[in-house]
Amino acid sequence: MAPAFHKAQHVEVFLQQLVNGITLGGVYALVALGYTMVYGIIQLINFAHGEIFAAGGYMGVILISWMVAQGYPPFVCLGVALVLAMGYCALLAMAVEKLVYKPLRSSSRLSVLLSALGMSIFLQNGLMLTQGVYDRAYPGEMVQGGFEIGGAVVSYMQVVIVGITVALLVGLNALVFKTRVGKAMRATAQDKTMSALVGINASRIISLTFAIGAALACAAGIMVGMYYGSVRYDMGFVLGVKAFSAAVLGGIGNITGAMLGGLIIGMIEVFAAGYISSEYKDVFAFIILIGVLYFMPTGIMGENVDDTRV
Amino acid sequence: MLWLYVLLWPLLGIKPEGLEFAASTAIWAKVAVVSAILLALWQLKGRGVFDFASRPAQALSQALGKATGRVATWIWLVLVFAGAVVFPLVTERYAHDVAISVLVYICLGLGLNVVVGMAGLLDLGYIAFYGVGAYTYALLSVHFGLSFWLCLPIAGAFSACAGCIIGYPTLRMRGDYLAIVTLGFGEIVRIVLNNWMSLTHGPNGILGIKPPGAYWWQDGHIEHIWLGSLEQFYYVILGLAVCTIVAVHRLNHSRIGRAFEAVREDQTAAELMGVNTLGIKLLAYSLGAIFGGLAGAFFAARMRFVSPESFTFIESAMVLAMVVLGGMGSIPGVILGALALIALPEIFRGFELYRMFVFGGVMAMMMLFRPKGLWPAKRMGVRSEERD
Repeated sequence: MAPAFHKAQHVEVFLQQLVNGITLGGVYALVALGYTMVYGIIQLINFAHGEIFAAGGYMGVILISWMVAQGYPPFVCLGVALVLAMGYCALLAMAVEKLVYKPLRSSSRLSVLLSALGMSIFLQNGLMLTQGVYDRAYPGEMVQGGFEIGGAVVSYMQVVIVGITVALLVGLNALVFKTRVGKAMRATAQDKTMSALVGINASRIISLTFAIGAALACAAGIMVGMYYGSVRYDMGFVLGVKAFSAAVLGGIGNITGAMLGGLIIGMIEVFAAGYISSEYKDVFAFIILIGVLYFMPTGIMGENVDDTRV
Repeated sequence: MLWLYVLLWPLLGIKPEGLEFAASTAIWAKVAVVSAILLALWQLKGRGVFDFASRPAQALSQALGKATGRVATWIWLVLVFAGAVVFPLVTERYAHDVAISVLVYICLGLGLNVVVGMAGLLDLGYIAFYGVGAYTYALLSVHFGLSFWLCLPIAGAFSACAGCIIGYPTLRMRGDYLAIVTLGFGEIVRIVLNNWMSLTHGPNGILGIKPPGAYWWQDGHIEHIWLGSLEQFYYVILGLAVCTIVAVHRLNHSRIGRAFEAVREDQTAAELMGVNTLGIKLLAYSLGAIFGGLAGAFFAARMRFVSPESFTFIESAMVLAMVVLGGMGSIPGVILGALALIALPEIFRGFELYRMFVFGGVMAMMMLFRPKGLWPAKRMGVRSEERD
């Protein structure tokens, strides 16, 4: 009796970690997409992307808290907040791009990188100044409870998160691979000069890329906030680096790669935290980043950058 | 351009606490006003409104330049050095504290300058070397009771090893990836310091580090005293900073310095001309790390306590901001940058919270308007078309 019980516990733990990993992986995938699309199109590591994620989280808290206080049902709150916050973050990212990245498009890579770093610090501290240094909590009435599958507890929150993530990823896939705009995006990512020559407005496409990436990160921010119950001004930094690791793992510039990379990094982090050590869990993502860049810089699915510009 | 501002500011400002706008709008209103004034000044300057003042100002600065140019550089250096030596005698405790901070950051900035400015390797995890140096001295002092002066080279050696370890995987990477990998390394070092309880006591830090000792005249005969006062610390760090400045300057004007510049400008061409690019890059990391380690050991000795909180990414970003603001690769520029970023906020103490916020904005704006920094570096090599 006893050995069978232990074995079932192992399976339970494993399944639980699997569920957690999928949830976290989806979040990483959403943020990684923003990094990968921007890098694919203008070869810039958008350090400010993590802060957009945090800004989205805050926007979500604010909108949802206000709407829940007004008495709207949770799902309506979530839906409206998602749409509004995603629009806001998209505009924010486009503003940052127009103001800071666009004038530096012909400068050296170092200049743009430093300006991105500067914007990241600027936005993070802006959040801290306007929102305070303490966590801001989500209202408790948000989706509670869960159910069990084979001994692993799957909360409704996780179902909602995975559902929204899958919907967004499918939507993005459809946008990039099945529409004309998506084709323009892929063309600009492949060769900016030539696509401009065939009549694609590169600036507009770049702005659109930033906007879409930011919207996805915003959704991720809202969901992470709901999952952990609160948001902080600096939650964007570490998650940003991990999401970039995911993007690199999957192959920078490669959209499917980013999705896959996010899932893998999420899984590895959850399993490593569960089975090896939870204090060093951030370290695993960094180690993967360094390992991938050292041994396999093009990532799992191959990179997809505009290599016509030296 | 103006409509862009209109787009940005309301958006960044709409972050209310539960849909009240009070506190956040106040902050963004201040920022908006300041930037509107700056933008207005910029536009006016473009339209030549200030010409009546700028032309005599230019003539004045040219005349000053000629006058100061006649005096040899070394006289200026002696004057500055004399000023630095006399400084503690004419100011009070608070100024000593600020001056010690400035000098520590000058050492750090010069070390990062070797990596970023001279060799062109964007290192975002530089603070890891600072931490390695600090913890090396802390552990050696607490466990073995070794003296500060003995531990200084040991801390430098450990930092150099850390530099090699951190630099090695990045040797073949592109510039962007280099930045994020070094950032990752910096974070790894911080997390390890924070969690390795048995060695570093984790977040509790290490207490009871001995300050530097010296032999000095005391009551008529030479005996061993512990250097405890701020003035004594100031002279120690002044000596360290002067050594760093001299070392970096000599490095700049040496064969290695020229190799750094070659690797920075065009790695492939340098490799073709026979420069051992990979070895030079490793050397850059190690040498830069040594200065960081020395500064770290001093930091541990001065604070008598180290904890992982002093070695976060924000510190790294601040040192980078100093180097970028002052001018990458330029020694007086980095000194100016350190002064600007440490001393100026002390004057504006009331705006303490806004410090990093302004730094971020300034770093981004610097890239737009003056990417070469406040005091740009002079090239070491001479281009063939410039020579004749």
